[in-house]
Amino acid sequence: MKKNNILEVKNGVFEITLTINGEKLVLSTKNGESLLDALRRWGLKGVKKGCDTGDCGSCTVIVNGTPVLGCLVPAVAAHDGDIITIEGLGTVQKPHPIQKAFVEAGAVQCGFCIPGMILSSKHLLDRMPNPSEAEIRKALDGNLCRCTGYVKQIEAVKMAAKRLR
Amino acid sequence: MEKLSFVGKSLPRKDALIKVTGRAAYADDREFAGMLYAAAVRSPRPRIKILSISDARARHTSGYVTLVTYRDIKGVNKWPVVMQDYPFLPEKEARFAGETVALVVAKTAAAAKAAARLVEIKFKELPFIDDPLKSLEKDSIKIYGKDNIISSFVVKKGAVDKAFNNAAYVVEGEFSTNYQVHAYLETQGAIAVPEPDGGVTVHSSTQCPFYVLDAVAAALGLPYHKVKILQTVTGGGFGGKEDVPALVASHAALCAAKTGRPVKLIYGRKEDFQSMSKRHPGWARVAYGADKNGRLIACRVKYVLDGGAYATLSPIVLWRGTVHAAGPYKIANVSIETYAAATNKVPCGAFRGFGQPQICFAQESLIDELAAKIGMDPVDFRMKNMLEPGDKTVTGQRINSSCGLKELVGVVRKRSGWDKKKAEGFRLKAESDKARGIGFSATYYGVGLGAKGRYLDRAGALVNIYKDSSVCVNVGNTEMGQGALTVLAQIAAETLNAPYESVRVEEVDSSKVPDSGPTVASRTTLMSGNAIIEAATPLRGRIFKTAFNLLTAKGADFSRPMVASKGAFSMGGKTVTFREVTAECWNLRQKMSEQGWYAAPRTTFKMENGQGDAYVIYSYSADAAEVEVDLKTGVTKVLKIWAAYDVGKIVNPRLAMGQAQGGILQGMSWALYENLVYKNGIMVNPNFTDYVIATTADKPEYDITFLEKPYAEGPYKAKGMGEVPLIGVAPAVANAIANACGARVRLVPLLPEKVWKEIRMMKN
Repeated sequence: MKKNNILEVKNGVFEITLTINGEKLVLSTKNGESLLDALRRWGLKGVKKGCDTGDCGSCTVIVNGTPVLGCLVPAVAAHDGDIITIEGLGTVQKPHPIQKAFVEAGAVQCGFCIPGMILSSKHLLDRMPNPSEAEIRKALDGNLCRCTGYVKQIEAVKMAAKRLR
Repeated sequence: MEKLSFVGKSLPRKDALIKVTGRAAYADDREFAGMLYAAAVRSPRPRIKILSISDARARHTSGYVTLVTYRDIKGVNKWPVVMQDYPFLPEKEARFAGETVALVVAKTAAAAKAAARLVEIKFKELPFIDDPLKSLEKDSIKIYGKDNIISSFVVKKGAVDKAFNNAAYVVEGEFSTNYQVHAYLETQGAIAVPEPDGGVTVHSSTQCPFYVLDAVAAALGLPYHKVKILQTVTGGGFGGKEDVPALVASHAALCAAKTGRPVKLIYGRKEDFQSMSKRHPGWARVAYGADKNGRLIACRVKYVLDGGAYATLSPIVLWRGTVHAAGPYKIANVSIETYAAATNKVPCGAFRGFGQPQICFAQESLIDELAAKIGMDPVDFRMKNMLEPGDKTVTGQRINSSCGLKELVGVVRKRSGWDKKKAEGFRLKAESDKARGIGFSATYYGVGLGAKGRYLDRAGALVNIYKDSSVCVNVGNTEMGQGALTVLAQIAAETLNAPYESVRVEEVDSSKVPDSGPTVASRTTLMSGNAIIEAATPLRGRIFKTAFNLLTAKGADFSRPMVASKGAFSMGGKTVTFREVTAECWNLRQKMSEQGWYAAPRTTFKMENGQGDAYVIYSYSADAAEVEVDLKTGVTKVLKIWAAYDVGKIVNPRLAMGQAQGGILQGMSWALYENLVYKNGIMVNPNFTDYVIATTADKPEYDITFLEKPYAEGPYKAKGMGEVPLIGVAPAVANAIANACGARVRLVPLLPEKVWKEIRMMKN
């Protein structure tokens, strides 16, 4: 049975098609499952659960070019979507320039907020190659960090912006 | 001093790349075959008599496995922390809303949570106490022992009443501070995996794996060698993962023992707020007396902490607060009395600063009031009275040469433009709706566990050099974000003259190193650092001797001294690498693995009168805060914080800067925004929607200076860094608000309505 163009394979279980980090996949999700829980169940553990209420930003992923809090979005809503998670940016061997800048600026402490913080930064730099400090602060103010005092993360975004231009 | 290759350099963090790429495996990221999931069933009310617990409805949940109660505890139903008052699971009485009463195990995390909601607790409500001051009253109902006092300490010195009578100036004030929630971004969590021999391996997000070991062994009734604790990458601690992870891990272990399957227990944010430790709310009445020349002569303090329902770490938190309660000053006559009072609320414990920030807010605010009364500049007043090398603290401890407090104050005074701004304050922009002001504070911090924790103040290390020259270091203290893996690798690399890249420090495995105490009290660099040096020193001897022999064999001129630097050894024009040298050591069948041990020197403190050496060494800080207060709304914005620290030698400047900036922001956030509310024994705002912490929008400017006063006993002269930056922020901000608009607010958080009310009162 199809609901809104999504295949319901059995009662409350849906099959959805989506692109994750460039790979087209067909996956199943239960009614009511958040995108955050689904992504983690599908093995993308870099997406972090910090609050599950849309406050902390740790589960930020990019859906169709827009940063989204995975905990607030049902997985079915990502049907036909194009999703980028932290795993899609770079690897330990070949980090993305933003990831590299976060390392070099000393922007990482416990690291739990960092995947979300980096994806928010990526979205900012995709739109604005040369953001001001105020624009960086605004772009990151939905990503809570309890360790750093934020200054090194802002420096990291500036550093990455320069290198990406 | 010989030139250092690795210590003192901003080398890259060892764990940064796995974290920025999302590959670091925190507790919830680990999976095991056949794993089940647990969820806690929690007490709904502040104090209940448990009549029965039933899973009659819960068992119909799809995926339901079992219910775990105190009856499933094979060991002792007492969690071994400081005092043995907290059961792993309550038998008759639950003492705060949110306390775990039972656990549900199911095949998925969602099923476990759903089933836990269906477990029925039949209970009778008992009268409860939610106010620590009322708890201490004679006629209060008794909820803890015979007097509701969890713990109490004194510091007594000189003749206090007489000194106050003789004082030319006396100030007195009551101050209080609210809870602070750790708000580590990773909630509490653990996975317990049963082993074939009846033992268990526990993966735990924790600062203190050996506390977890004590607890799991006690709960399961297992000998320690059948329990292995592996620390997972830990997403922030700040004290919040000191004691309570042991409770979480024990619950997971009880579920694993009952089901014979791996069990994962990950806390949701709400239950983490409701049941895990917090910074104690504090209340203090402080009085200072000074003579006509502005010399402090007397101090009287009564200090009460809201301990919550169980003791957990309250006794040692209170003790640290007691020792530091009079501030970093020379005062001949002192009376400090402190109490941790029981209430039927969440048990409070460790949080960066550990009982000091609450009392520091009180006494550093009052110091400003005293200076104002005398008509002295508050910085001049502090300068006149503060501790210098050779002076005695209020406990009679003589301060040694590693004390740069006076210089710190001078540096902050100069860099902040104090003298000019202080004079301008208050009046600046007086015609507008906004007023700017600047405020000051000075603090000290005893590094390590001190006299009250002396039996735990030791640490081990294992240094192992492989045939390929790579180095593996095991320690008993943890990385929780502060940079321990990096700083300790730098210390190992320095001692061995091994390339930094070749040294790896492992996350703690309790089976590899002896109990090294907790990772708290800014003690890791000092304790584990010294243990690593002890382990590495005999290896260094073998490596250096072998290097010398290799160089000589190569024809080096051995009348010239051998220089060891950055992983290479050079003499008389020849060079060999660390790799070549260790390969030769292995060829010669030399021992390339050593264990180290460091125990802190003894302290002489006596609990009866609070006199003697309390800590082996102190770190120091000075802070100035510049604020802008909106006079119409009372909203305060911190514009800039200037801070200077004496934490001994800085091992990694970039990491130290991160600790400083992060500590300042946590302190500022507590001072201004963070407001956890209880009503009738129930927590009202257990979430980040209604409990607000600082974001990038609130970030002030930072100006941070390190003055490195060498500590002879420290690894490469280091002391301790982690906690110092938080402690003095709140009073500096409060003093700045007073300077800006005259409003003296004696309540943290310094909420807009409190500031506004003071402004209104002054107008009327």
